[in-house]
Amino acid sequence: MKNIWNFFKGTLILTARGSAAYYCWVGGLLVLMIIGGFTYVIQLNDGLIVTNMRDQVSWGFYISNFTFLVGVAAAAVLLVIPAYVYHWKPIKEIALLGELLAVSAIVMCLLFVTVDIGRPDRFWHLIPFVGILNFPQSLLAWDVAVLNTYLVLNLTIAVYYLYNLYYKREPNKKFTTPLLLFSIPAAISIHTVTAFLYNGLGARPFWNASILAPRFLASAFCSGPAFMILVFFLIRKYTRFKISDEAIQKIAELIAYAMFINLFLLGAEIFKEYYTASVHLAPMQYLLQGLHGHNALVPWIWTAMIFNVTAFMIFLIPDTRRNNTTLVLGCVLIFIGVYIEKGMGLVIPGFVPDVLHEIYEYVPSGLEMLLAIGIWATGLFVFTMLLRVAIPILNGDFHVADDGVDCHIGDNLFFLGKADREKRNVSVVEKTEDSGS
Amino acid sequence: MCNKTKCDKSAFQKSRRKVLKGIAAGVGALALPASNASASVWEAFFQKHFRELDKTELQQVLARLESEYSKEFGKTVNVKATPPIEGVKYGYGLDLSRCIGCRRCVYACVEENNQSRDPQIHWIKVLQLDKEKGVYLDHAEHYYNPAEVPEQGKFYMPIQCQQCENPPCTKVCPVQATWPENDGIVVVDYNWCIGCRYCMAACPYGARHFNWAKSKLPKDEMNPETHYLGNRPRPTGVVEKCTFCVQRTREQPGRYPACEEVCPVGARKFGNLNDPKSEIRYLIENKRVFIFKEDLNTQPKFYYFYAT
Repeated sequence: MKNIWNFFKGTLILTARGSAAYYCWVGGLLVLMIIGGFTYVIQLNDGLIVTNMRDQVSWGFYISNFTFLVGVAAAAVLLVIPAYVYHWKPIKEIALLGELLAVSAIVMCLLFVTVDIGRPDRFWHLIPFVGILNFPQSLLAWDVAVLNTYLVLNLTIAVYYLYNLYYKREPNKKFTTPLLLFSIPAAISIHTVTAFLYNGLGARPFWNASILAPRFLASAFCSGPAFMILVFFLIRKYTRFKISDEAIQKIAELIAYAMFINLFLLGAEIFKEYYTASVHLAPMQYLLQGLHGHNALVPWIWTAMIFNVTAFMIFLIPDTRRNNTTLVLGCVLIFIGVYIEKGMGLVIPGFVPDVLHEIYEYVPSGLEMLLAIGIWATGLFVFTMLLRVAIPILNGDFHVADDGVDCHIGDNLFFLGKADREKRNVSVVEKTEDSGS
Repeated sequence: MCNKTKCDKSAFQKSRRKVLKGIAAGVGALALPASNASASVWEAFFQKHFRELDKTELQQVLARLESEYSKEFGKTVNVKATPPIEGVKYGYGLDLSRCIGCRRCVYACVEENNQSRDPQIHWIKVLQLDKEKGVYLDHAEHYYNPAEVPEQGKFYMPIQCQQCENPPCTKVCPVQATWPENDGIVVVDYNWCIGCRYCMAACPYGARHFNWAKSKLPKDEMNPETHYLGNRPRPTGVVEKCTFCVQRTREQPGRYPACEEVCPVGARKFGNLNDPKSEIRYLIENKRVFIFKEDLNTQPKFYYFYAT
């Protein structure tokens, strides 16, 4: 117990320290979080009328973000499989960072759902045995179950692993391996269940296609890893942590496969709707061409299409995949492309036209966007804090001191400036020599 | 066996109360509204699901709501919880050949069921359709507003909750806040709904409506004869829907739903599907009847027909 408290105290001291860049970044996130908090207070006070959602389009920007982020969270599994099933070393070193990203993404998911519901004060109605969780009938009940399981699972694995490294102990494989293996189906299930949540509604032909869950998974395996590659580049550049090109290349290759499947499935769906041309074509028409003069989503979805196809080409051609500049560009394009396609591009056409074929064109209100930005800032804040602790531990810069009580902090900066980076390169060389001897 | 489950259930409820008390103590310690909030705020917060209330608890809840509403609207408000009548299953008939699209039903419903006047909530929606095209919703006019109805070449199709036998909306609710009662009416416990709006995504008829803002209901227009599952004033952030005027139709002697009563052309019919001599049964057996979106297998108890 005392060890846990000392570890926790150490992490607090650690997260409070950092370079000026670190303070600016964290401070900026806190400001956005506070603005988001204020907008939420306004929403609680006035009701969801402050959003642009209405009876016709009853889910909007919040649920779109939620859906996209479930995909980001699920994608951590793409690192866990090569790392722990195939024991591929370059990725094993960074798989933990994927788990931390999953934790942060799930935190955002839960926040987006919370701000979307009309009565957050009644959240306890969802707790089994205290309230009434309509399990297994309601897919939303399933989602509550799998998302929380996945959060606890990833948090447990990551914290247990880091805690042991901090105390310079070997993590017990008998404990971690089953959890890691379980996290693979759990990751797939969070995204499958989220897809089924839409998929099972006969009232909404746009979602009522069995291709939805596979499409969800394919796009998740693009967006999550793309975000991770971007984070890896940043970590590599601005901290002391080393990530090999080999690992990044392997992830890029996996993204290329996933994007191919994603585009293929999308094409299959477009063919089916347009060739059949039944009344069920209307939502897809609204998305791709506009319907009866309403076309708010059209420029967005075509941006997404162009981004996704361009990124696919970048990842397919070995030269552009191996070039770090084009690789980063590809990751940015994929992230934005999938964000549009699996966010608003998926949720809104489910409601436009609505079940009585009325067209209410939804565009999120300013308040909705500020609140969403606040939640993204919260997620990035959580991720930054987790990395602030995890990276020094993995580097051996943060561990228990020789007295066994206090902590040793060897990394007071976290985000390195240019001068520090040059110094780092020297120290890294020294370190490798040390470990070699 | 039966006794055992009962016993288990009460033990489970007791432990639940304990947990809730614990939470209450914990939240209370954080001193949320505690100091100035009346006891009824906490009572409302920890109120159990409608179907889990025993008789005395139900009476307490109804009394609390009555005093709340009476104070708010400055008149004596009754909140009943009349259960379904044994052996009755309600059905509704709508004669498309008679409906003239006057929307009197829409506004009679609003008045009877205490819907919010601003933003406006309508449980009934009347679509204007082309006679040439039939029930083809893509050409439906939702906000038609001519000087006079009916217009040449048009017909009108009122749509409200179809009280499905196989309701997709209740299945998806994550907290069982909505369910079909024994008389076939799909109801919502406004004090249990968490406002996730999954039911609205699931309903193929657009019959569910959300309280996006605090409902504005003028004191003098408020109908004080209410039902817990029906027309009592709704809190912000929950879903509401047509209940076939449960506050009228479950009474003995009962009354017709407000929309049925107000219809100037007799296009609306209401009755007991279990009674072979009822008007609704006669219509189903003798007129050209159809149900809306039959391909979704929702099995509506709302029958559209052409009498002439």
